[in-house]
Amino acid sequence: MSNKSSSRKILGPFNRIEGDLEVQVEVDQGTITKAWVNSPLFRGFEQMLHGKVPQDALVYTPRICGICSVSQSVAAAQALAAAQGLTPCNNGTLATNIILAAENLADHLTHFYLFFMPDFARDTYKDKPWFNDIHTRFKAQTGTAAKEVLPARAAFLHLTGLLAGKWPHSLALQPGGTTRPVEAQEKIRILTTLGTFRIFLQDVVFGGELEQLAALSNEDDLQDWAQNHADADFSKFITLADNLALNQLGNACDNFMSYGAYQTTDSEHLFKAGTWQEEFLALNPDDIKEDISHSWLHAQSEAKHPYQGSTIVDTNQDSGYSWCKAPRLNGQVMEVGAIARQMVDGHPLIRHLVADNNNGGGANVRTRVIARLLELALVVPAMEQWAHQLKPKEPFCLPTAIPDDSQGAGMVEAARGSLGHWIRVKNGRILNYQIIAPTTWNFSPRDASDQPGALELALQNTHVGKDENASVVIQHIIRSFDPCMVCTVH
Amino acid sequence: MSKPFNILWLQSGGCGGCSMSVLNAEAPDLYSSLQIHNINMLWHPSLSEANSEEFLALIASIENGDIVLDALCLEGSVMQGPNGTGRFHMLGGSGRPMMKVIESLSSKANYTVAIGSCAAFGGITMSGANPSEASGLQYTGHQPGGLLSESWLSPGKLPVINIAGCPTHPNWVIDTLAQLAMDDLSLENLDSLKRPRNYTDHLVHHGCPRNEYYEFKASAAEQSNLGCLMENLGCMGTQARADCNTTLWNGDGSCLRGGYACINCTAPEFEEPGHCFTETPKLAGIPIGLPTDMPKAWFIALASLSKAATPKRLKVNAVSDHIRIPPGTKVHIEKISKEDES
Repeated sequence: MSNKSSSRKILGPFNRIEGDLEVQVEVDQGTITKAWVNSPLFRGFEQMLHGKVPQDALVYTPRICGICSVSQSVAAAQALAAAQGLTPCNNGTLATNIILAAENLADHLTHFYLFFMPDFARDTYKDKPWFNDIHTRFKAQTGTAAKEVLPARAAFLHLTGLLAGKWPHSLALQPGGTTRPVEAQEKIRILTTLGTFRIFLQDVVFGGELEQLAALSNEDDLQDWAQNHADADFSKFITLADNLALNQLGNACDNFMSYGAYQTTDSEHLFKAGTWQEEFLALNPDDIKEDISHSWLHAQSEAKHPYQGSTIVDTNQDSGYSWCKAPRLNGQVMEVGAIARQMVDGHPLIRHLVADNNNGGGANVRTRVIARLLELALVVPAMEQWAHQLKPKEPFCLPTAIPDDSQGAGMVEAARGSLGHWIRVKNGRILNYQIIAPTTWNFSPRDASDQPGALELALQNTHVGKDENASVVIQHIIRSFDPCMVCTVH
Repeated sequence: MSKPFNILWLQSGGCGGCSMSVLNAEAPDLYSSLQIHNINMLWHPSLSEANSEEFLALIASIENGDIVLDALCLEGSVMQGPNGTGRFHMLGGSGRPMMKVIESLSSKANYTVAIGSCAAFGGITMSGANPSEASGLQYTGHQPGGLLSESWLSPGKLPVINIAGCPTHPNWVIDTLAQLAMDDLSLENLDSLKRPRNYTDHLVHHGCPRNEYYEFKASAAEQSNLGCLMENLGCMGTQARADCNTTLWNGDGSCLRGGYACINCTAPEFEEPGHCFTETPKLAGIPIGLPTDMPKAWFIALASLSKAATPKRLKVNAVSDHIRIPPGTKVHIEKISKEDES
């Protein structure tokens, strides 16, 4: 490659992420100079959907991903509703939000406790002052945290058992609402389940009231919280993140995008839609295009909007190095996820941390994790409100009737970021179905103008020392995005 | 304590949803269950600490016999494409198609277990024209023979054990692994498709809370209606083999309890029913897919009889999304009838 002292290495497979990932890095004097991210699994959902009855997308698309299953269902249901010009009934919208939030928050919890934190319990860190404590608490499979978190997570997901039959892979989420009407006593059960989860978050994760955590607005507040609630797992993370300077790791493009999370009325969301590129900008979905210049896909002359996109395998594509496409907004690389949602929506703490040069400046490993945990505190109170607003005895679902020739888009926020489905229906059958998943944005390969994707950027300039394989730093950066590789290529 | 039962869990052409489902295990949680039954997870892609080098070294140790593997668990289909090369799923960092790794490890593991319908039969990944040339471990849809031949037996003298379901249920997996660990699972415990009879000796219909509607053929007309989903909305619960309505999901859920049809996800080729999943195909107004072990003529005779006797309460509630007529006195029913008329 570029000069004699540099070497190119293939790293993988990576565990404690969802699905398969391989990364190639070029290392010069212990620092990554370039990275190439490869999604090594191809299944071909977009091809499977071709020719199906539109409603069947509600069976197939959740099965793209077992961890973002409800997000896929909601995107499909919204795309079908858009094709029909249907607005779901109020109960249906509220129930959908509760089910989607249950999945998203369970994912945030799973990521923190089972995927991300166990890296700090590795022997690599045995000389650190916090090691014994973290090792006891977060060691993979045997740490004390898992035995508290797994039951709390499972109990929280009772919301999906009640409102959606099961998780993952529900058919309860329909274009016109949800299939499971709620009776008065079940509304109480939903509130009880939410209350139980609130207590767990307050006692174990944060050590204080959710509303107080959600009100933190700057670095000083954060430090005070970590000191005053030192036994909480959130504070343990802040302490070790500062000790290891995780805020110096994993800066990517600092363009953030959100499709808007949890639709409350026709045009309003709990967390608003838009982008942040040094300032807030409105989002125009027509500006989304997918580039396949570095994918093992059949050549198309230029990047295309998903309505026009195709997914045709070509293993002989010489410039290809991934099954993943490269989505871009107006040609720009975007980072998506909790940090992007909170940047776009304008949460003071996240805006402050990303702007703060003392905190590394821009997005980084530490702030990504903080944003995810912050969402636990922000969304549970919203779920409680939605549950209160449910009206038993009023409709939960309106009938579906997809016109034989129609098209529609469903754009939602999954735990990991912006998820879009674009459907075109002709003669009552699916003519084209295109999906862009959150990790497709974050872990995209290069595009035609050779711009690396967000993770590729985040790995550049990272100091990994002599042995890339042993470098736990790379693992922190990758996992800070909470990648979902099965969604990425689908 | 006797030596632990070593399992290695791999994922290939699937969604990871069966792992997520297994993490839903309750009373006790997954880790406690494994501990109680002395099952040692050598590696799981979502849960283990080991990094990639350590994992590749572990595979090598199993292949060369240094580590005894009691059970290989595969989640997801075997990806044989393109053109039989397996390149649609390369095991990252190894340069090897996953298909080859699975084949090699299945010859070492005492038992091989398919977690979910993809690994068992090919499942959802085989949908449409099967663009990735996916198959199950020992089946390709209904067809015996997948990556492994029809006659293949593991060193422990069992075929691939198919814990089918999309996703599979945490209890189905834990019960089966515990039985294997106790050396208490034999061929007689598997059905004709090699699924554990623990759960396939039952029908999804058993314990369905809509049974009264079924008995009187009081059917739902639209999504979210309370009536039976068999006649109009595609439910296959009377044919599907699983105990979903007695071994419940995420607390006390199930597909039927969630208000939508059973799509028979424990069966081969459930992914291509040949009709819209949520519409019941009919011939001359009669659903094609009737219960399999009852003469059709009798079913139709009984159905017309029970339809004639359907109480008003069920007729009304079946097409409503909440109970409009509670079980009660005649007076109350007459009052509702009058409301309907006015």
